[in-house]
Amino acid sequence: MARIIVVTSGKGGVGKTTTAASLAMGLALRGNRTAVIDFDVGLRNLDLIMGCERRVVYDFVNVINQEAHLRQALIRDKRCDDLYILPASQTRDKDALTKEGVGRVLEELSEDFDYVICDSPAGIEKGAFLAMYYADDAIVVSNPEVSSVRDADRMVGILSSKSRRAELGEEPIKEHLLLTRYDPKRVERGEMLSVDDVLEILALPLLGVIPESQAVLNASNEGVPVILDEKSNAGQAYRDAVARYLGEDLPQRFIRPERKGLIGRLFGG
Amino acid sequence: MGLLSYFRSARPKSAQVAKERLQILVAHERQMRDAPSYLPQMQRELLAVIRKYVHVNDDAISIQMEQDDNHEILEVNIVLPEEGAGRLKTPELRGN
Repeated sequence: MARIIVVTSGKGGVGKTTTAASLAMGLALRGNRTAVIDFDVGLRNLDLIMGCERRVVYDFVNVINQEAHLRQALIRDKRCDDLYILPASQTRDKDALTKEGVGRVLEELSEDFDYVICDSPAGIEKGAFLAMYYADDAIVVSNPEVSSVRDADRMVGILSSKSRRAELGEEPIKEHLLLTRYDPKRVERGEMLSVDDVLEILALPLLGVIPESQAVLNASNEGVPVILDEKSNAGQAYRDAVARYLGEDLPQRFIRPERKGLIGRLFGG
Repeated sequence: MGLLSYFRSARPKSAQVAKERLQILVAHERQMRDAPSYLPQMQRELLAVIRKYVHVNDDAISIQMEQDDNHEILEVNIVLPEEGAGRLKTPELRGN
């Protein structure tokens, strides 16, 4: 039985797909059979971030409509044998997803995989609803910024009232907060909400803090999940987040400004 | 640094402002989220009835629903204007 994880936020552009890609890669690198599904029908992007955009033949909607078998549509990652990508359809409209169809695909995936990650579209429409409906865990992605925090809270309300677990009165979805694009320098200057501020408002368990990093854009330029950039802060922060998700107790590493030494300051390194 | 922070403290830091705005907003939205769906409509209708007799602003009314294990409390709070400021002297003449 796979554990189903939704990566969600409400607001767009906060780093859901970046997070879904890195989380999936991180879980797979640790030997877990992992599938990651793009729920953003009509605006697929996970394939680009994962670097497999030229290998898409069939997609999620083809599988739901039984025009292709699941194994035909799943793309095996070239860097990690335990990782598979199910791309969204680029041409159909979002009504192509149905509750029953999504449920069927997730059930089939559950037989083969340890983790299924659902990369939610922005908003609270059908795609976002179906991405979270069957989830066991939710990773709520937020930036330290007012509109994103507000939308994250809205999403938490939806998770606890509209999910399958809520409807059946089962144990609620386990929620985790991932704070992304964090800039410790601006926090120190009082220009950005701190981790503690956001935690006080949202009251969610913290999975990790991903620092603002140029490595994220570089990685998506090249179609490489940033978690594979082991030298970057963002890559390391995602590795920590994956480890925490799997139960390890690690301290937060990138929430204070780096202090440059004299040499670093002189050469602007 | 001491002098610098003295000048800086003149204005609240933007992150502090953000936090306070969010705390108020999120608390309000959570309350609405748990409330029954008929509350907003009920609030508008109550406001319309009150306005037949007294001039009140949109924000003069607040409705809260609290739920306990075995009972619900509906709390309606209406702030009336001060004497003479907005009361209609002859409400019966409004005719509806």
